[in-house]
Amino acid sequence: MKTVNQKAWFFVLPVLVLVAFNALIPMMTVVNYSVQETFGNNVFLWQGLDWFQQLLTEERFYKALGRQFMFTGLILIIEIPLGIAIALAMPRQGIWVPVCLVLMALPMLIPWNVVGAMWNIFTLPDIGLLGYFLNNVLGINYDMTQDPIAAWITIITMDVWHWTSLVVLLAYAGLVSIPDAYYQAAKIDGASNWSVFRFIQLPKMKPVLTIAILLRFMDSFNIYTEPFVLTGGGPGNSTTLLSIDLVKRALGQFDLGPAAAMSLIYFAITLLVSWLFYTLMTKDDLN
Amino acid sequence: MAKITLSKLRHSYYPTPKQPSDYALKEIDLDWNDGGAYALLGPSGCGKSTLLNIISGLLVPSEGQILFDGKDVTELTPDKRNIAQVFQFPVIYDTMTVYDNLAFPLRNRGRDEETVKTRVMAIAEMLEVTDMLDTKAAGLSPDNKQKISMGRGLVREDVNVVMFDEPLTVIDPHLKWKLRSKLKELHQRIKATMIYVTHDQTEALTFADQVVVMQDGEVVQIGTPVELFERPAHTFVGHFIGSPGMNVLPCTLTDGQAYFGDQLVALEGAIIGEPNGRTEIGIRPEFVALAASGLPATVSKVSDVGRHTVVECDANGSKISAIIDGAGPEKGSPVFLNFQQNQTRLYVDGWIATQSQEAQS
Repeated sequence: MKTVNQKAWFFVLPVLVLVAFNALIPMMTVVNYSVQETFGNNVFLWQGLDWFQQLLTEERFYKALGRQFMFTGLILIIEIPLGIAIALAMPRQGIWVPVCLVLMALPMLIPWNVVGAMWNIFTLPDIGLLGYFLNNVLGINYDMTQDPIAAWITIITMDVWHWTSLVVLLAYAGLVSIPDAYYQAAKIDGASNWSVFRFIQLPKMKPVLTIAILLRFMDSFNIYTEPFVLTGGGPGNSTTLLSIDLVKRALGQFDLGPAAAMSLIYFAITLLVSWLFYTLMTKDDLN
Repeated sequence: MAKITLSKLRHSYYPTPKQPSDYALKEIDLDWNDGGAYALLGPSGCGKSTLLNIISGLLVPSEGQILFDGKDVTELTPDKRNIAQVFQFPVIYDTMTVYDNLAFPLRNRGRDEETVKTRVMAIAEMLEVTDMLDTKAAGLSPDNKQKISMGRGLVREDVNVVMFDEPLTVIDPHLKWKLRSKLKELHQRIKATMIYVTHDQTEALTFADQVVVMQDGEVVQIGTPVELFERPAHTFVGHFIGSPGMNVLPCTLTDGQAYFGDQLVALEGAIIGEPNGRTEIGIRPEFVALAASGLPATVSKVSDVGRHTVVECDANGSKISAIIDGAGPEKGSPVFLNFQQNQTRLYVDGWIATQSQEAQS
């Protein structure tokens, strides 16, 4: 007879407690807020699904969601190919390898709010190095505090600068793991550079690229600090992404109920899209 | 198909080699005849893969030339040389089907789909992979993957030489044998020049008509498997081929006679030239017999290896192995060893220095 050792449960207890405190309890609190109305003093009124209904019929939410998808879409479209291109151009051996790796890692080491502040100052038209140069030397009218397009270009550039390195490092790790024999066989088979990329490098990088795309999706979809410090969601609401809108609701207007409902929908969308990405990218690997 | 000539080939991985030890390949002159089955045999690091990569064009030698049918191809890239190479680990294009894998080299050379199809079908049939043509190559077993990478080389009808770089390393033992006989069969069918690199003597001796033995970047001997076994030109070949390898015993020369210790050893024939240097006697364990009289020795180890017994003995501080039929003597017992005279040779500084009996008669 098989003996069942129940002692194992005891060992996972610490993890369960940890997960409870850092995920389950906060999450349930949010669920709690999302179905009630509160005016402080621990007074709660039952609302049912009202907040959800209100939110999903509101133009403001869909606008923020649209901006969020546009931001994340642009980030993925720019950072993934750019990251692969840089990884391909990096040396595979020699003294420049560590130099390149360190240079690539540097932007990722800078705290997020510092990145926001840096780019804010960098692009100011009167005192910023880039802003001053564009306006006064090249004569291009560029002011991200006034012009929504300039604001978008700035937050996208900032994120590309901050996070492309992650894609580069992951893609590079995939590239260096390809044995020389593949390149040699391709040479003998008369493969073009494009074929080598298409049939050797890209398939071999696929597992790490899947991770890269997922990480960049989740990070950029939940981004808050950098655009908040850089533009604060402006000018107007032009760069108010979902997370910025959420914080405005919760802390600016103190609408805790609608904000909680929005958090849950936000979370569900992130989860759903991540699942979609993962399923689509790994469906060929099953056999 | 072509005859391949290596002329005064040297290669070093250092940009400015100074001493001989800087060279991975030291001065190689070699002819590979059209349609031959060759094996390149040697221990790891002896330069056999370097030599292979030079023939395929993946490496450009520091010095010397490679000629295909008398035409200098030293500077040509691999795809211009029309060669095929099968690597240690199977190289296949994961995302393509087996058919597309086999068609890849032809499509890259701009052949029309009609030709591609005929060739791929012919090769698939030869390799017995017709039933998997439509499957993704990624899911195949290692031996089938290795077959496909072989097929990609054979699919081009004008291929000059097919090279194998230890192709059976990752194949299961019971499939090794099958794949090896497949290779041999393929060679007989398509009559392409084939060069097979390995450190495994069984693979080399079963596959090749001619075996090239290498050591430290030099070719030590070229010969048929029988020649290598019977008359190793160098003690290294004697060691490396055979199981156990040849016995190599230090000896002294007096008046043209060889002495092991104070025991006179009869050699196969006259000594060539004036031996000057380290002298050794070489005799294969197969030709050492236990007898009633002869060289006195003590048995130090007896191993039963199936069809025969390997007896290891101590004589004058040297180890001598003998292969005998039937059960061996007790460990520690005194025995007398006899060397078969026509198989007993003298080596000077490692190289053979006696005339063979056929040469004398």
